[in-house]
Amino acid sequence: MRWTWFHRLASPPYLYALAARLTPWFAWPAALLILGGLYAGLVLAPPDYQQGEGFRIIYVHVPSAWMSLMVYVTMGVAAAVGLIWRMKIAHAVAASCAPIGASFTVVALVTGALYGKPMWGTWWEWDPRLTSELILLFLYLGFMGLRAGFDDTQRADRSGALLAIVGMVNVPIIHYSVIWWNSLHQAPSVMRFGKPAMPPAMLVPLLVLLLGFTLFFAAVLLVRVRAEILQRERATRWIGETLRA
Amino acid sequence: MSAFLDMGGYAAFVWPAYLVTLAVLVLNIIWARKSLARALQAARRRTAAAGEDS
Amino acid sequence: MTGAGMPAGATAALATGASSPENVERAPVFDAARLALSRDLTLAFRKRGQLIQPLAFFALVTMLFPLAVSPELSRLRAIAPGVLWVAALLASLLALEFLFRDDAYDGTLEQYALSGQSLTWLLFAKTVAHWLLTGLPLALMAPFAAMALGVSAAAVPGIVLVMVVGTVALSLIGAIGAALTLGMKRSGALLALLTLPLSLPVLIYGARATELAIGGSSFGAPLELLAALAVLAVTLAPLAAAAAVRISLE
Repeated sequence: MRWTWFHRLASPPYLYALAARLTPWFAWPAALLILGGLYAGLVLAPPDYQQGEGFRIIYVHVPSAWMSLMVYVTMGVAAAVGLIWRMKIAHAVAASCAPIGASFTVVALVTGALYGKPMWGTWWEWDPRLTSELILLFLYLGFMGLRAGFDDTQRADRSGALLAIVGMVNVPIIHYSVIWWNSLHQAPSVMRFGKPAMPPAMLVPLLVLLLGFTLFFAAVLLVRVRAEILQRERATRWIGETLRA
Repeated sequence: MSAFLDMGGYAAFVWPAYLVTLAVLVLNIIWARKSLARALQAARRRTAAAGEDS
Repeated sequence: MTGAGMPAGATAALATGASSPENVERAPVFDAARLALSRDLTLAFRKRGQLIQPLAFFALVTMLFPLAVSPELSRLRAIAPGVLWVAALLASLLALEFLFRDDAYDGTLEQYALSGQSLTWLLFAKTVAHWLLTGLPLALMAPFAAMALGVSAAAVPGIVLVMVVGTVALSLIGAIGAALTLGMKRSGALLALLTLPLSLPVLIYGARATELAIGGSSFGAPLELLAALAVLAVTLAPLAAAAAVRISLE
């Protein structure tokens, strides 16, 4: 009895209806939190004593970087579930994650460059975080490219899932080797994020935005998953029944 | 207000960063809704065709 | 994978079990892997032209740098580790397309998967053969390329050692990418996109160890990290490659 919820989630008609019902519950809080967080970050938070108003870029940079990683982990977990339990819906979730994650990785890179110019004096610095972010973008592109290379959905699902799992195992290895590499070649980065010393007036907007972006991801993911389900289940009867109802 | 827009001299960096982020947030919404609309349209067309056959 | 790493008697006993496709006594897994290895080597030596391609590519890429940067040996020596490793990375990438392609076309891989032998071990044997034919020759050629870039002969043993360990990891990581893109037309650019990000740690530690070797200092620490990567690749990559091949055959 305890596992029935899991089996129900694996049923496309149930998940389709559930996703449609849940979307607004994520979308509206996400909108409120993001708008409120941005306002607080731009207006209410005090300027940093060293970086002045320029530090306000972290309110968009850090949540984007958080999204890029969190979405990748979500994608990897969904892919693993799909591969291990042969659950088609999980593959639909993994496939829906990739474009969202890739887009926020691009935002993290662009805002990182915009933050770097006034702080370091260059648009691009081979900082370990930015370098890892760039590698993450290539991992997303590889996943999307591999999926796009197959016409057969099942082959795309399973090969892509394997790649996502291999990528997830490798992300920490890559990240730590990049940190090791960086520590050899240059002084520690001037960029300091998430310092515990951050005063609450600065920290709270950041936390609000992190939560808002996470809920935003959930809402967008639910919409994309519905599209994926419709496409994958196009040969089934329940779609016609749902649409007529 | 102009002091706010000036961002302590960092306007050229702060505002583009926020704009890019907002643009991608909005684009994600548009892309997701578009793909759902396209899938719905295709499904409707298919069910309509199936309805005529029977 | 049935029978992997088990003694011969256990494997034979497993072969008569209900899970096996037919009730024949199977060869022990190491014999099967050795046969697969020698088959690949024999086939490769019949087509020698293909063997030389990655090596020629490696030499060519190395030659580009003096022409593009400067003929001064002092400047070339400074960039030699990076040049050697980027060239080795690209050359091994180029060779990856040959790893499974012919066997996928003529159905050998399918036979391997259906043989009842551990596909993991058979693919590991194939990857070892691939490394013997491309990675090892690259490692042996690297000192000549290094000396052309102004590196002193004293650094040769270190360079070979680091290259040997690094190319093992590169071949195994590449095997995953090659297995994932099986049966795909025009997989070249995608193979690079899949394989290169995963190979970056090898590049980082390999280039650093080579740099220290060229400078005449101790390169133990990066070499140990490189060896750890190679061991990790030996244990995990054949499993992933076997899973990818099975997916492609479904």
